[in-house]
Amino acid sequence: MCTVCGCGAGETRIEGDGHEHTHVHADGTVHTHSHTHADEHAHEHAHAEAPLGVHSHTHQHADGSEHSHAHIHDGEHKHEHGGEHSHEHGHTHEHHHHEHAVGGDLDFGAGPARAHVPGLSQSRMVQIEQDILSKNNGYAAANRSWFDEHGVFALNLVSSPGSGKTTLLCKSIELLKDKMTISVVEGDQQTSNDAERIRATGVAALQINTGKGCHLDGHMVGHALQRMQPADDSLFLIENVGNLVCPAAFDLGEHHKVAILSVTEGEDKPLKYPDMFRAADVMLLNKCDLLPYLEFDADLAEANARRVNPDLTIFRVSATSGEGMSAWLSWVEAGLAAQVAGRSESVDALKRRVAELERQLEQTQAGK
Amino acid sequence: MHEMSLAEGVLQLVEETARRENARRVKLVVLEIGTLSSVEPDAIRFCFEAVTHGSIAQGAALEIVASQGAGWCMPCAATVPMTEIYGACPQCGSYQVQPTSGTEMRVKEIGIE
Repeated sequence: MCTVCGCGAGETRIEGDGHEHTHVHADGTVHTHSHTHADEHAHEHAHAEAPLGVHSHTHQHADGSEHSHAHIHDGEHKHEHGGEHSHEHGHTHEHHHHEHAVGGDLDFGAGPARAHVPGLSQSRMVQIEQDILSKNNGYAAANRSWFDEHGVFALNLVSSPGSGKTTLLCKSIELLKDKMTISVVEGDQQTSNDAERIRATGVAALQINTGKGCHLDGHMVGHALQRMQPADDSLFLIENVGNLVCPAAFDLGEHHKVAILSVTEGEDKPLKYPDMFRAADVMLLNKCDLLPYLEFDADLAEANARRVNPDLTIFRVSATSGEGMSAWLSWVEAGLAAQVAGRSESVDALKRRVAELERQLEQTQAGK
Repeated sequence: MHEMSLAEGVLQLVEETARRENARRVKLVVLEIGTLSSVEPDAIRFCFEAVTHGSIAQGAALEIVASQGAGWCMPCAATVPMTEIYGACPQCGSYQVQPTSGTEMRVKEIGIE
């Protein structure tokens, strides 16, 4: 599951990002490079005829040199061609040099194996038996092990739009930033308004725009990690796209999902959107300072949430008045402390292991 | 609308397998989608057609095997059928039911040539 959320194919943008390609050349070498694109040009391919998405390009570089190479779009970094899509390359593509198979011809030699094996083309079934989300889960697992190795405590904040996620985040950051290092990833379809609000509190923030996409995925967060390089033993907060449906299915590698429900919504939201409240470990009932003015039944909302997820930890808070924030913040601090302790424990365990191996090595050498 | 991402995920698994098997064409894709999973079969059908356009799986038939929902009801100490995720036990009305099947979202197999 690349950054290409189908609903926003190729539209994901990470702030300040160039554009990264992985090419597999005809001789089998693979290289990845990123472009920052100066000139814009639109570039459209019809890939239908090229078996396995192989196609050749001739590039003409600014210095006049020309080279031709074949790409294999391996599905990791996929371009969405065929739609209206503009690549902004600083070099020109000579389109008439393209070597696409024409007219639906099948070119067996153009596949990655450069050969066709007779007998292998018969119609047959191949078992796959893999979870559709396995790609995303792989990226998420890599993120999680990175967090654990670095003692980073990662939270994924999810809610409907307008529940007060960003305000709550700003308030939490203000109260925590003197005690710990914090970095924030903001997911929104468009604008970097939220990242700017977070930066105003003085901590590092990176905006990911998902374009038409409805959620962040493990791959996007992996890129954000590379970009941000959060400090060891720090707090990493991910504000997901405001959406109570899709983000439930996509693991980002976080330690806990924190669902935010505000009292200006309905008490039955946990029943209407059970997947999200089931996936979360913590629920923050926000805007509690407004309860006296509303007919919202907070106990009923909690009971509904516990019906779909009996293990849910619930805090009633108000980001505006600060009411109830201390319990939530203590929970965050305890989580980070446990992460840090876990890391130093594994470091200590490794040191003991190294000492033990060194001792064995000395013994072996002395025995010779 | 995350069916579109899921369809992309399906296509990736299909393309990887097809490439490994030196397939010329993918004719059939079989998915197992549980009735309790967060996927709408009609939506994924629509999205599958859209994402496979221009790929090796263009025009492939999509077969969706629906696995029925079931859960373990703690008060009843029994496996009971479920039609709604996190819904009540049809026997005793309790919500202490742990889904045990019907949440699958898998690519089972593909037909290639």
